[in-house]
Amino acid sequence: MYPLRWMPRLTLLAMLGPVVAGLLGALAPAFGWMPAIGAQRLGFQAFESVLNWPGFATATRLSLTTGLLSTGISLGIVALIVAGWNGTRAFEALRRLLSPLLSIPHAAAAFGLAFLIMPSGWILRLLSPWATGFERPPDWLVVQDPWGLALVAGLVVKEVPFLLLMTLAALPQTQESKARAVSAALGYSKIRGWLITVFPQIYDQIRLPVYVVLAYAMTVVDVALILGPTTPSTLSVQILKWIGQPDLSFRLWAAAGGIIQLLLVIGALGVWRLGEIALGRWARRQVVQGHRGRFDKTLQVAGLTLGAFIAGAVLFGLLSLALWSVAGLWRFPDLLPDALTWRTWQRHGGNLTELFARTSFIAGTSAALALALSLACLEAEARFGMKNATRTLWLLYVPLLVPQTVFLPGLQTGMIAAGVVGGTGAVILAHLVFVLPYVFLSLSDPFRALDPRYAVIAQALGKGENAVFWRLRVPLLLTPILTAFAVGFAVSVGQYLATLLPGAGRVSTLTTEALALASGGDRRAIGAFGLMQTFAPIVPFVFAVFVPRLIYRNRRGLLNG
Amino acid sequence: MDRGLSLKEVEIFKSGYRLLGCDQEIAPGEVLTVMGPSGVGKSTLLSFIIGTLGSDFDAKGEVWLDGRNITQTPPRERRVGILFQEDLLFAHLSVAQNLAFGLTSKVKTRKDRKERITQALSEIGLEGFANRDPATLSGGQKARVSLMRMLLSEPCALLLDEPFSRLDAALRAQMRSLVFDTARARALPVVMVTHDKEDAKAAGGALMEIVPT
Amino acid sequence: MKHLLWAGALSLFTTPLLAQNPDPADWSSVTEAAKGQTVYWNAWGGSTTTNAFLDWVGSRVSEDYGVTLEHVKLTDTADAVSRVIAEKSAGKDDDGAVDMIWINGANFANMKEAGLLFGPFAESLPNWSVVDVDGKTVQTDFTVPTDGYESPWAMAQVVMMYDSARVSPQPSIAALGAWAAENPGRFTFPQPPDFLGSTFLKQALIDLSADMDALQAPAGDNYEDVTAPLWAFLDDLTPNLWRAGRAYPATGPQQLQLITDGEVDYAVSFSPGEASAAIANFQLPDTARTFVFDKGTLGNASFVAIPYNSGSKEGAMVVANFLMSPEAQARAQDPNVLGYGTVLDMAKLTAPERAAFDALELGVATLTPAELGTALPEPHPSWMTRISEDWSARYGVLAK
Repeated sequence: MYPLRWMPRLTLLAMLGPVVAGLLGALAPAFGWMPAIGAQRLGFQAFESVLNWPGFATATRLSLTTGLLSTGISLGIVALIVAGWNGTRAFEALRRLLSPLLSIPHAAAAFGLAFLIMPSGWILRLLSPWATGFERPPDWLVVQDPWGLALVAGLVVKEVPFLLLMTLAALPQTQESKARAVSAALGYSKIRGWLITVFPQIYDQIRLPVYVVLAYAMTVVDVALILGPTTPSTLSVQILKWIGQPDLSFRLWAAAGGIIQLLLVIGALGVWRLGEIALGRWARRQVVQGHRGRFDKTLQVAGLTLGAFIAGAVLFGLLSLALWSVAGLWRFPDLLPDALTWRTWQRHGGNLTELFARTSFIAGTSAALALALSLACLEAEARFGMKNATRTLWLLYVPLLVPQTVFLPGLQTGMIAAGVVGGTGAVILAHLVFVLPYVFLSLSDPFRALDPRYAVIAQALGKGENAVFWRLRVPLLLTPILTAFAVGFAVSVGQYLATLLPGAGRVSTLTTEALALASGGDRRAIGAFGLMQTFAPIVPFVFAVFVPRLIYRNRRGLLNG
Repeated sequence: MDRGLSLKEVEIFKSGYRLLGCDQEIAPGEVLTVMGPSGVGKSTLLSFIIGTLGSDFDAKGEVWLDGRNITQTPPRERRVGILFQEDLLFAHLSVAQNLAFGLTSKVKTRKDRKERITQALSEIGLEGFANRDPATLSGGQKARVSLMRMLLSEPCALLLDEPFSRLDAALRAQMRSLVFDTARARALPVVMVTHDKEDAKAAGGALMEIVPT
Repeated sequence: MKHLLWAGALSLFTTPLLAQNPDPADWSSVTEAAKGQTVYWNAWGGSTTTNAFLDWVGSRVSEDYGVTLEHVKLTDTADAVSRVIAEKSAGKDDDGAVDMIWINGANFANMKEAGLLFGPFAESLPNWSVVDVDGKTVQTDFTVPTDGYESPWAMAQVVMMYDSARVSPQPSIAALGAWAAENPGRFTFPQPPDFLGSTFLKQALIDLSADMDALQAPAGDNYEDVTAPLWAFLDDLTPNLWRAGRAYPATGPQQLQLITDGEVDYAVSFSPGEASAAIANFQLPDTARTFVFDKGTLGNASFVAIPYNSGSKEGAMVVANFLMSPEAQARAQDPNVLGYGTVLDMAKLTAPERAAFDALELGVATLTPAELGTALPEPHPSWMTRISEDWSARYGVLAK
C-alpha cells in the first residue's frame, strides 16, 4: 500500500500549507505591504505604532499572565484531583461530571459563568436581599476586572476538563496502581507519592496538550470578549478591534500585533519549558530528601472541592442559559423570572434547526476527514516503522500554537485567490486545520500505546496488515476512535474565526450566530444559542460513551481499559 | 536438513554495532534455549525469525524452515508461531472468536471451523467456554487459550518469549509440560528465550547464552 | 492627449468591469436581471428585532421580485469591509461575497475613498422620488456627500433611555454629569470606539461646546480647543461611572440589561423606538422611558451600499429600492417591529400610503416627532475618529 506510506507527509502538507500561507499573508501587511488599502511602503512603522500604543504594555502583560496563570492553575487542579482521588467513587462521579464539559463551547461556558458571578448574577440573586441587603446589584468589578481574573476563571473552567481527559487517556500507559502501592508502602502520602511516581510519566504524554492550552489561553478571543478586561483588553482582542476599525490603515497594526502575539506565544512556551526543567530539578532534589508529604487530607479535599466547583459552575451556568432562554421580565434581585415564555425559541426556532443541521454537517465531515487522516498516519507509522517521518507530526500542532488572529486573515486572502472561498467546502477545509490536531492528539496516544505484540501475534497467525488494522486495531481502539471523533466534532462546532473568514460570512453556524447575537447582549437569545451550541457536540460524545458499552457489554477488558 | 529450523550465520546489528550472532539448527521437537541478561537482544532474535525486526536494526544471515528460506518472506507467510509472557488475548473477541482468529484458513466451512474450535476447547479443558469474555478467565486458562490459538494456525515452528515467567509455580510446571509435550508431539522446532534456568532444564535442548557486548 | 489616454487607461483599472455594471436608470432591465439573484446583505446581527425585520424584507423581495435575500449577521460592520478588502487584495473583482452593506459614517467614507463601492445608483432608484431630501440628511453622511453611492433607509436620532420608576430626565449633558457625581456607579456608556459609545462622546461634545459650526469641517488645529470642554467633563465623570470607569458595556444593547438589572439608570440609544421595542421584548421594564436634551440630539441616516465587486448589483438595488418603499418604511417605523424613523417625505405620499404611517402607535416609551425636535447634524467623521482614539488613550487604558 504505497499511498499509505505518503499519508503523514500529505497530511502535514494539507495542514501546514494554510498556516504558512496565512502567516505570509500576515507578514506582508505587518511590514507595511497591503496594496488593497494603498499601503506599499515597507518598513517597521506598524510595529512602532503598536509598541507605542499606550495600552501595549498592559495588554501584553495581560495576555501573558492570564495564559500562564490559567494553564498553571488548570494543570494543578487536574493533578490534585487525579492524585488524590483516582480509583475512588468520588473520582468517578467527578469524572462523569467534568468530561461532558469538554464538549461545551468556550463561549457558552463563559456566558454561563458570567451569568453566575456578575453582580447581577445568580449567586448574588440567591443571597439578595435577605443576606446582603442589596436591592440593586452592587457596583463590584467582578467580571471584566482589569487583572483578568474572571478571564482566568473562565479559561480554567474549560481547560480542567480538557487536561483531565488527556490525563485519563495517558494513565493506562503508566503503572499507576503499582506506583501508588509502592509509594504508599514506603510511607508516602497519597498525593506526594503520585506526584513523584506517576505525574512525570503523565506529563511526558500530555506536554503538547498543555502547550496547546497555554497558547490557546494567551490568544483566546471569545472568552476574553465576554469575561476579559476592556481597559485595555488582552492583546488578541485588541488585534480584533484593530481589524474592526473603520480606518483601514489599522489593518497594518493588526498584522504587526499578530506577529508580536506570535512571538509572545513562542516566548511564553519557552518560559514554560524552562519552568518544567526547573521544577523537575527541584522535584528531583526533593525526592532525594525523601519527605513523605504532609497536608494530604487538606490537599485531597481542596482538589475535590475545586473540581466540584468547576463542574457546578458550568452546570449552573448552563442552567441559567436555559432559564434566560425562556425568561420573561427578570429583574434583580429576583431569583427566578417573573414569567416563562417560549417566545425566544419560537422567534429563533426555524433558524436554529437549520443552523443545527449545517453545524452538524460541517463538524461531522471535518471530524470524519480528520479521523481518516489520523488513522492513516498512525497506521503508516505502525506498519512501516516510520519513526522519523512521523516525529515531524508534532508540526500538526502548529495551527493550535499559532494565534488564529495572525494567520486566518492572511489565509482568507489566499483562499479567495485560489477561488475556494465562500462555500461549505472551504469552511470544512479550514476547520480541518484545527480539528485534525485535536483528533490526532486524542487518538495517537491510545493508538501507540496498543501493545505492538498484538500485531506480531496476528501476523504469526497468518494475518496480513489490513486484517490487523480492521480486525484488531479498530475494534480494540473503538472507544478512543469514537472519542477522537467527538472531540473533533466539538472543536469544529466551536470554531468562530475559522468559519467566518473562509465562509466569507455566508456560511453561518451556531457559533457565528451566537457571537453575532452576543454583541447585542440579549441574554435570552444568548441563552437559546448557547444551549444549542452546547447540545450539538454532546451527541457524538454520548455515542462515544454508549456505543462501546453496547457492543462490548460482555467485554470487561475493553470497558475498564 | 529438510525439517526443522536453521539459523544460518545470523548476526544482528543495532546502529552499527553487533548485538548478537547465532548459528544453530533446531530439529523438529527440539528446543533451543536462549539465555542472557535483560536488554541483550534475546527478543530481537525472535523478531528476526518472525520477520518483524524494527527498522533501526540490521541483520545478516538466513532463516530456513522445513527446507524453505524464509528470510525475506512476509511474517504472515512464515508459519512461525509465537507466545509471549502475557497471553495477549484479543479483548474484543470471545474465547471462541480468539481461537477462530488463529484457526488456519485451510479449514473452510463454518461448520468445520466451529467443530474444530469446540474440539480445541476440550483439548485445553475449557469445554463450554466458547462465548466467555477472555477477561473473565484465570491466568492459566488464558495461557492455554493463547497457546491453542497459536497451534490452530498450524505453525511449523514455535517461538517462546519468556512464556512462563508470569505464571505461579504450580501453573508454570503444568504449562511447561503442556507446551513442550505439544511441540514434541507435533514435531515443532522451538526457540525459547528465558531468564529461568528451570525452563532451560525442562526444555532439555541446546542452550545458547548471549553475553552483552 | 497623451495624458488623457493614460487617464483613460488608469480608470479602466480603478473602476474594473465598468462596462458590465448595470444602469440603475434603466429600471425594467434591472428588475429583469435581479430575478433569481441572491443578495448577501451584510448587516449587524446583534439585534433580534432588526434581524426579524430583515427577514421580512427578504420574504417581500422574494415575492415581488424573485430576489433571494440572505442576512449575513455581522458582529461589526468592519467585518464586511475587511471582506471586500481581502477580495480586492486577491484580485477577486467580480462576484464577491458581499452584495450589500448596512453602513454609514467612517466606514462609508473609507470605502468610498478607496473605490470599493458601486455607484452612483441611489438617486436613480424609483423610490428616491418620495425621499425627503430637504428635511432629512440623506445626501450627506457625517458631512461626507453620498453622491449616490449609498441609499438611505432609516433615520436615527440619539435619545437617552431611563427607568422612570427610579429617575427623571436630565436637561443636558452637564446635568447628567452632576447627577452622576451624586449617584456614582449608576451611569455608563458603550466603550468607544463602539459606534454608540463614540456617538455619546460626540453628543456630549455638541452639548458642551459653544462652537457647533467648527464640527462641520474636518478636525484641524482647532481640535484641542474645541474638545477641551469634553475632556474636562469626562475627567470629572469617569470616576463616577459604573465600575468607576474600569469596565464598560461592549455595545449599546448591553445597556438594556444593565437598566433592567438596576445596575445603571440612564443609557444612550440611537433609535427612538428601541426602548418601546425592548419593553415588548422583556429587555426593559415597562417603566422605561426616553428623553432628549434641551439643546437637541444628534441624528443621522442609516444607508445601504453595494460593493464594487458584487455579483448581484441588480438584486441589491431592488432591495435598496424596496427599503425606501412606503410599505417597508411604515413597517420599520412601527415600534412593535423596529421603531426606526422614516426617510420619506409625507407630503410626497398618496393618502393611503400616509394613512399607514398615521395609524402607527408610537409605543409607550417613544417620543413624538415634535418631542424629538430637529436632529442636530453629525460632525465630520474626522472628529469621531480623533475623539474615540483620544478617549481610548485617556480612559481606555488604565494606568498600571
